[in-house]
Amino acid sequence: MLAIKNVSKHFVDDTGVDHLAIDNINIQVNQHEIIALVGTSGCGKSTLLRILSGLDSPTTGQVKLNEQSVTEPSSDIAMVFQEPRLMPWLSVTENIRLVLRDLDPDEQDDRIREALEKVNLWKFRNALPRQLSGGMAQRASIARALVRKPSILLLDEPFSALDNFTRAALQDHLIELWADSRFTLIFVTHDVEEAAILADRILVMRGHPGRVYEEIKVELPHPRERSSSELIALKKKVVAALDLSRA
Amino acid sequence: MKTLTLRSGAGSSRTSGAIFNTRRLFKLLSWKSWLLPLAFLLVWAQLSARGVFPAYVLPHPLQVWSELAALWSSGALSEHILVTTGRVAAGFLAGTVAATLLGALTGYSRLARELLDPALQAIKAVPSLAWVPLFILWFGIFETSKIILIAVGVFFPVYLNLMAGIRDSDRKLFEVARVYRLNTFDRVFRVLLPGTLPAYFTGLRSGLALGWMFVIAAELMGASQGLGFLMLDGQMTGNPAIIIGALVLFALVGKITDALLTFIAARLLSWQDSFGRIQ
Repeated sequence: MLAIKNVSKHFVDDTGVDHLAIDNINIQVNQHEIIALVGTSGCGKSTLLRILSGLDSPTTGQVKLNEQSVTEPSSDIAMVFQEPRLMPWLSVTENIRLVLRDLDPDEQDDRIREALEKVNLWKFRNALPRQLSGGMAQRASIARALVRKPSILLLDEPFSALDNFTRAALQDHLIELWADSRFTLIFVTHDVEEAAILADRILVMRGHPGRVYEEIKVELPHPRERSSSELIALKKKVVAALDLSRA
Repeated sequence: MKTLTLRSGAGSSRTSGAIFNTRRLFKLLSWKSWLLPLAFLLVWAQLSARGVFPAYVLPHPLQVWSELAALWSSGALSEHILVTTGRVAAGFLAGTVAATLLGALTGYSRLARELLDPALQAIKAVPSLAWVPLFILWFGIFETSKIILIAVGVFFPVYLNLMAGIRDSDRKLFEVARVYRLNTFDRVFRVLLPGTLPAYFTGLRSGLALGWMFVIAAELMGASQGLGFLMLDGQMTGNPAIIIGALVLFALVGKITDALLTFIAARLLSWQDSFGRIQ
């Protein structure tokens, strides 16, 4: 279980002014749950995700994974960024091997094959990142994140740079990967449909300072039908909670 | 022209293709690049043959050729070429080593940059040829002062490009290295270094070009061997064919060394999307 307790984060900008990016966040996340952090830009949702990944530390409060404090990146928590962030000079295989270098070579090969087959990229294992489409590159990035079998997968607006069709396909694919495995999924998005189609719980954030204003529980089973009336109603509820007139 | 193929093992450290691929080296100098020099040669030959320019101003290309051929068969020409190339090589090596060490230092460390970079930039503001009198006074008129002058010319483009390359390297890829807890070796050699290579090669190429420029200055200020000496000799003896021959040789040898560097860069930077643009 992941526990976020009283987490706040201050930034001091170039002019010396102190900003409260997120203010006193408290969230409990259960194993294998899917959490969406939704909000307009500047609401602190990415800041919160970076704190969960261990890349940034909170000013006050703490994050605990199974009673262990998260203060730096760990192999139990993986992150997929908005861009694929593959090393342009390494093939798909070598990009994934990069995060497995402490294992023995046979184990590396097995894991790489398993991960690439899961994301349907085995055929492209020797391609360089520049030879991949945006969707393929992001799938490689997901394979890199899952290859260490983390218990938590964090995604920071992972599909926002993709076209609608690719995005929908990757969302479905992500749910399949999640259903096959035991990891917890926490993702940041500003796409209401993405939150509605994926999440068990949608946490709606608003900015200045960033706080969680509303929690929407979703009881619909996976996979969800995009055009169903329940989903459309859910999306309306999220939009209302976002209170875009204030943005 | 786009030759994008899904080579198996592209960029993989496990597969090793032939390092020396003559067809690829040849492609760097396609037949089209010979068209302009060839046309120039024909016009020049015509103008000389028709006496538009007198032979003591612009001799016929065949006369240049025969002068060079005579020098070649006496063994003197290859000696001159080797001496000049050797000077460039030594100066290039010295300048590159110094620039790589200092560029890496100032690129990584903010403290080193604040301490060293302003002073180096100030030295850069001195026109490089202005060092000549001092170098001759300090190191004499023989090899040392020549090689140091060339090294000074090579130093700055390599230093500046490497420092900028390291500073501009992609912060986002470092976050990947942090989040996946890569060890120091992998962070340096698999994440940081490959990303700075394009800028580094740009610096090396400009440095090499400056090296060839400075070797002339060094040889004109006094030498008993080398292409620069050959030109000076041609001037003294009123033989423009020798001067022109030496000019052509500079162009050829300079271009060949640049092509070699580009060839190495092409091997190391084949992952780059935009490689075609730096050629």
